[in-house]
Amino acid sequence: MNSMPEDDPIRCDACPVLCYIKPGRTGACDRYGNHSGQLVRIDPHVVLDRAVTRGDSVVPFLDRDREWDGSIVSGPENFVTAIGAGTTYPDFKPAPFIISSHVQGVDMVTVVTEGIFSYCGVKLKVDTDRHLGPETNTVRAQGEPVGHVTTSEYGSQMISLGGVRHLTGGSRQEGSATCETLLNLCNRKPVELTIDEGASVIIQAGKAPIVDGTQEERMRVGCGSATIGMFAKQWFGKVDEVVVVDDHITGVLSEHQAGKLLGVRETGIKMKGRRSTPGRYFRVAEPGTAWGGTNIEDPLSILQAFNPKFAWPNLRLLMVSTTGEHHAYFELDEALRPVEKELPRSLGKSVNRIKENCEPALCTVLFMGGAGGSLRAGVTENPVRLTHSVRDALTRVTCGGAPVYVWPGGGITFMVDVTRMPENAFGYVPTPALVAPVEFTLKISDYAALGGYMEHVRPLDSIMQGEGHRHLSARPENPWPLSRKKSSHENPRSGR
Amino acid sequence: MKNRAQATLLPDGRRLHLHDGPIDLIIEAFGTESEIKKAYRVAAERFESVLDELCRELPLLRQSATENGPRPVGVIAMRMYDAVLPYCQQTFVTPMAAVAGSVAEEILRSMMSVATLSRAYVNNGGDIALHLSTGESFIVGMVERPDEPSLFGTLRLDAAHAVRGIATSGWRGRSFSLGIADAVTVLADRASAADAAATIIANNVDLPGHPSIVRIPACELDPDSDLGDRLVTRQVGELSDGEISDALRAGAVIARSILSDGLIRAAALRLHGSTSVIREATPSGIALDADPIQSSEVLIHA
Repeated sequence: MNSMPEDDPIRCDACPVLCYIKPGRTGACDRYGNHSGQLVRIDPHVVLDRAVTRGDSVVPFLDRDREWDGSIVSGPENFVTAIGAGTTYPDFKPAPFIISSHVQGVDMVTVVTEGIFSYCGVKLKVDTDRHLGPETNTVRAQGEPVGHVTTSEYGSQMISLGGVRHLTGGSRQEGSATCETLLNLCNRKPVELTIDEGASVIIQAGKAPIVDGTQEERMRVGCGSATIGMFAKQWFGKVDEVVVVDDHITGVLSEHQAGKLLGVRETGIKMKGRRSTPGRYFRVAEPGTAWGGTNIEDPLSILQAFNPKFAWPNLRLLMVSTTGEHHAYFELDEALRPVEKELPRSLGKSVNRIKENCEPALCTVLFMGGAGGSLRAGVTENPVRLTHSVRDALTRVTCGGAPVYVWPGGGITFMVDVTRMPENAFGYVPTPALVAPVEFTLKISDYAALGGYMEHVRPLDSIMQGEGHRHLSARPENPWPLSRKKSSHENPRSGR
Repeated sequence: MKNRAQATLLPDGRRLHLHDGPIDLIIEAFGTESEIKKAYRVAAERFESVLDELCRELPLLRQSATENGPRPVGVIAMRMYDAVLPYCQQTFVTPMAAVAGSVAEEILRSMMSVATLSRAYVNNGGDIALHLSTGESFIVGMVERPDEPSLFGTLRLDAAHAVRGIATSGWRGRSFSLGIADAVTVLADRASAADAAATIIANNVDLPGHPSIVRIPACELDPDSDLGDRLVTRQVGELSDGEISDALRAGAVIARSILSDGLIRAAALRLHGSTSVIREATPSGIALDADPIQSSEVLIHA
């Protein structure tokens, strides 16, 4: 017959009911399912194991021959994340798993749920001096608008993606392109974005951005003026003039305050662009992806002829970008024209030092979600009390075990660095919306007080004894979710 | 295979959680500590073989029950069969319609056979078997709509009243339903009887052929379903007020007839925020203030 094996129902032998399960469906227990012809424990729980130290290996407990022997430490050394907990929308049932464990003599409850986030977004911080595109311009994925370029801050370009308008406010294609983009970014996969009137950039959480095919290496050490300030002393005596080329503020050593203080002699250099204050120039060129985030390929193009009143033959000129990535060394000939020469070793050192002082350029992906809506009803009968409890810092919110920043103000709107979460923690539903884990951890007495589903609380052991969980090492950089001590990683929250 | 069933005490130290395959039971017993311990131990022991017993006769239990057909032999299976038998001439029904209540009833029975308890309940996913000794009562919270999980009221069940079983059925639940009720809650003398009746009544809260109701053959979702190719409800769209009361009325007719046959004590039918309550006209032996359903009447069309 021509039916593919994946299309056939399979027989589940996890219990004597022996359900015959169709592809994409679960058995009577809602715990096992048919995934493309494979019997899988649906939504395996991810258990972060505090005791297993470091290492990054993920142990899939779905492997039949590697089934868990039940011997692991019990209680608060394990934290069950919401990944794979499953959810019901619009959360009319209690959250799928409400887990309790004793921590330092206090009954703790973790309400583990996977939220469906149809209003969510992603904030990108792209470390690059290269010009990605004009502020407010549309950012596209697969040709569909999925967000926009926002402000540029401290050498990083901020980009905002998703949100309710792109996810559900536009066309069907716009919604699914947005959903897919957010999903891939959150699951730390590379995504290509194009910016209207700007660059095409490949973004991947925790990796360097690739702008128009060129991989970014380093963030600039500072603006051109700051670079002069930082390195003036090291240049003094080894070179007569330094121009630090930067899209924002290009610095000129001899005119700069730092050079003046050292007694650097006037060189008669004449810059293009608009002078801001002495030694600081705006807009020496157009933004671009070449020297220092400008469109400059030939650095001399931003210089005018040297003023013969001050300049002299053999004047030594260093031109360098704010990352040290581009540099060129010139000496003036008899006609006071710069002639490129090999960079002297003494100057090579300072160029390398600029490079050294530049942080590696990375893409940061922050998932921004809100638990202000019906998701709360899966946690408590009186949803607003959960919000208050979070505000009062009685309830800790984590996302796949990772700490979150909860925005002050209304609702429970939080941001989380996706690289601190377990891999592939995100899913989606065709709504379109993202599915992400959220855990609320609080004292069991506080949980009862806020109208929690006490009858659904299950001890941690009952999850640990079940077969379907993934067992991960806790990330050392994350505060332990069940720790009662406030950690320095956590943002301070004001009381209500 | 023997360690499959799990028995754990919930963190409150009071309630017992039994789990095996698709079965999850939450149990609480009240009495002296030693009697509670005895009851829980027996419940866990009894539970161990429950799933195997049922599965042994599963093909038979998935068949439509018939008056003179083959009877199952297991204790629980027989209870299921007996619970659905009163309906088998009028409608299609298999013993599986009463599985949850019958399991709850059997576990409660095992506990009561060894322990002296003032009160006890065995909750099998909303299908509940109760024990009340003289003078005792239970307060049962009621949820009007499953998508708004707040208690709209509580009902008090006194020992003097005959109700010892509560069951809820609806298309939003874990089992398939042929009807569109959000929830039908039934009070009966036994959990197995309540379970069967809730299933039958929920199947009849319906608007046949209505365009905004999505139905799919049960076997397309679950090839093993006892419902075969019967259409089960997957989605209920907008309904007008008139349609809501039509559907509720259709269910109420069946509920009233089941009640007059003495099979149940009361039923509350809920659909899109409207509630229809059927109860005994003269609740014999019950003090009026203990009328279990009284509070819900106030909330009709809440």
